[in-house]
Amino acid sequence: MANMHQDTLHNDLSHDVIHHDADHHEEGHGHHKESFITKYIFSQDHKMISKQFLITGIVWSLIGVFFSVLFRFQLGWPDESFPLLEMFLGGWAKGGKLDPQFYYALVTMHGTIMVFFVLTAGLSGTFSNLLIPLQIGARDMAAPFLNMLSYWFFFTASVLLFISLFLQTGPAAGGWTVYPPLSALPQANIGSGTGMTLWLLSMAVFVVSSLLGSLNYIATILNMRTKGMTMMRMPLTMWAFFFTAILGVLSFPVLLSGALLLIFDRSLGTNFYLSDIYIAGQQFTNSAGELVQGGSPILFQHLFWFLGHPEVYIIILPAMGMVSEILAANCRKPIFGYSAMVLSILAITVLAFLVWAHHMFMSGMNPFVGSIFVLFTLLIAVPSAIKVFNWIGTMWRANINYTPATLFAVGFVSMFISGGLTGIFLGNSTLDIPLHDTYFVTAHFHIVMAMAGGFGMLAGIYHWFPKMWKGRQMNDTMGAIHFWVTFVGSYCIFWPMHYLGMTGVPRRYYTDEYFNTFNMYENLNVFISVSAIIVFAAQLLFVINFFYSAFKGKKMTTENPFNYNTLEWTTPIEPGHGNWEGAIPAVHRGPYEYYKDGHDFIPQTTPDSALK
Amino acid sequence: MATELTAGNVGQQDWSGGKSPFSVSYGKLMMWYFLVSDAFTFSALLITYGTIRFSSPTWADPNKVFNSFPLLEGYNIPLGFVSVMTFILILSSVFVVRAVQEGHMMNRKGVVKWMLLGILGGLAFLGCQAWEWSHLIHQGQTLSGNPFGPPAFGQLFFLITGFHGFHVFSGVVLNVIACSLAATGSLERRGHYELIEKVGLYWHFVDLVWVFVFLAFYLL
Repeated sequence: MANMHQDTLHNDLSHDVIHHDADHHEEGHGHHKESFITKYIFSQDHKMISKQFLITGIVWSLIGVFFSVLFRFQLGWPDESFPLLEMFLGGWAKGGKLDPQFYYALVTMHGTIMVFFVLTAGLSGTFSNLLIPLQIGARDMAAPFLNMLSYWFFFTASVLLFISLFLQTGPAAGGWTVYPPLSALPQANIGSGTGMTLWLLSMAVFVVSSLLGSLNYIATILNMRTKGMTMMRMPLTMWAFFFTAILGVLSFPVLLSGALLLIFDRSLGTNFYLSDIYIAGQQFTNSAGELVQGGSPILFQHLFWFLGHPEVYIIILPAMGMVSEILAANCRKPIFGYSAMVLSILAITVLAFLVWAHHMFMSGMNPFVGSIFVLFTLLIAVPSAIKVFNWIGTMWRANINYTPATLFAVGFVSMFISGGLTGIFLGNSTLDIPLHDTYFVTAHFHIVMAMAGGFGMLAGIYHWFPKMWKGRQMNDTMGAIHFWVTFVGSYCIFWPMHYLGMTGVPRRYYTDEYFNTFNMYENLNVFISVSAIIVFAAQLLFVINFFYSAFKGKKMTTENPFNYNTLEWTTPIEPGHGNWEGAIPAVHRGPYEYYKDGHDFIPQTTPDSALK
Repeated sequence: MATELTAGNVGQQDWSGGKSPFSVSYGKLMMWYFLVSDAFTFSALLITYGTIRFSSPTWADPNKVFNSFPLLEGYNIPLGFVSVMTFILILSSVFVVRAVQEGHMMNRKGVVKWMLLGILGGLAFLGCQAWEWSHLIHQGQTLSGNPFGPPAFGQLFFLITGFHGFHVFSGVVLNVIACSLAATGSLERRGHYELIEKVGLYWHFVDLVWVFVFLAFYLL
């Protein structure tokens, strides 16, 4: 089989040579000798940019998850004091107890970092950059220079947010959704001061980064596929990244507008979001001394959630695409229902724009409008369920090769089902009345978006690690331990939160100890906090595995040791800038032809003639 | 420059994949997608305008706010000046269309001539806007006060026309870059004037947005 594959590849190269030797191209591409700066820092190679996104994302995820551990200390042991905290946090943890103000800052930063910096830039930025050119058969992105800018705008956004962590008044502390009027009034709370300004600037820069990246992903997928790579022969990862990019291009600009209006309200004296404001009993007046009137804080919620809801699909779609690819490749079976998978991604993309107001059922909405949003929200369950059944169909009676990537992909499916079911509860506007802003919501979105998205990202890292780090693989045993601790631990963290939420424990509260009703949950909170600490420790194991394997991991000896079908496994073990050494191979079939006509696998580059 | 294994800029003529969904180069495609994205930015701002305006019990009368004309003080010329501004912007779009046409005919001099006229139109529009802003500010319409009606009118006016003006400004910058690349013969050496088309797309988009901004603030 392997020999035949080699012959096939050889035939391809000699008969279907594709001349991508365009006469116009920029300086700095091709096989020039590159300096340290052009190779590692201002690199235009999509593979290096992907690694930059990944490393930055890993740093951010450690910060973001560590913040959650900090506030879990407060929630688990509200009466205890931890002198160690005072040592590191100083005034933010006087006497070893977290300052309430700092607690809110931590919650806000945890949300912002995880949603935007880890699960958007770290996930989609990493894998769209790495996989799009490799899987469609292109030398690089359509516009490598803009691609480089995309990373450096992200880096600038990161720096702005990072600086805000060290301000004397602390970072933004109004929740990751930064609802006005709180966020629009610097004098209302120290967490709405300079930290909030930096948050807004950081987001504005982040939007630019996301836009440059997404435009590139779309143009590359549409215009730069190799010969024979029709749209319906693309791996599902490509479809997922394609629609993710479309979501980003259409939703992030609305956040930009919303942020722009908020910047004006905060710094230039307008009142787009402010009306009839009193701060500590004092009228909030404009420069003419009149009470400000006419603005609408609900307007911000609409602008924010018009991005905010598509944003959760920006997080989950790339994970879905990678899971589909990893499951099919490691179950050694064709993906169940390829076109149904594509159509359901399309359906999710369209519906993603029609459901934003389900975050606002309790903001004072006309019940009729609410009912329409309920309808669209529940409709999203249909394509989501199609995808779940197809993943299960792919695994059904398969001879599964349980690599760490497969484990995380299966974990993704489990998380997506568990979290998706509670989404059906929350999508109903009537059920949302008691459940709104409780731990039930926290549990729901962490399982369905954060955990599932994170599992998808980890699965992708384990699976494509050799393509990033010179053919080195991650350690499977450490990967398996990482998976089981994370998987069981995540359920231990978030499953009990459903019970807390159903009895009405509100989220974002610094402490529940003054509510007699909630005193009985003390032990449950300790259990959650302990689980969170254990899961965090498991992530450290992953980081050790990651960096150890990057330098010392087992090396692949052939291009395609795992017998996968897709194009990235036809590149050299250590692909240079330009990906393929000879011509780009042509494609003759879809990506999921495993266990077909007596063949274990048939790479996309195999022509029909080679199978006879 | 090495000619094998180019990493970037694989253009339309190199297409050898499946069926191309659109017959455009990736550069034009990206510009179109960017314009869609930017349209969403402006839509969000104009929806904000609508939300605030229709929840406001009163609104300023554009015929009273915009009734002055430079050098003709004391005359009541409702919407006279803005008509001139709009005409200038549309005219400048026409010039850019001519530049694109000359580009198709590979006529370097024609491209440069019409681009320069287009740039001139853009600068004239910006100048007019600067006069209008400073005139309104002198009359007391600022980000927090407005003698003509609710402060929200002035706030939205400055935000949205300012954001549009920023787009005009960046359009002028892009046009200047494209024009100088054409003038130095760099586009001719590339063998096509697609860059002119791309900046032209942006320029027409900015013009189109003005139509909606004009409608919202001056006509409705």
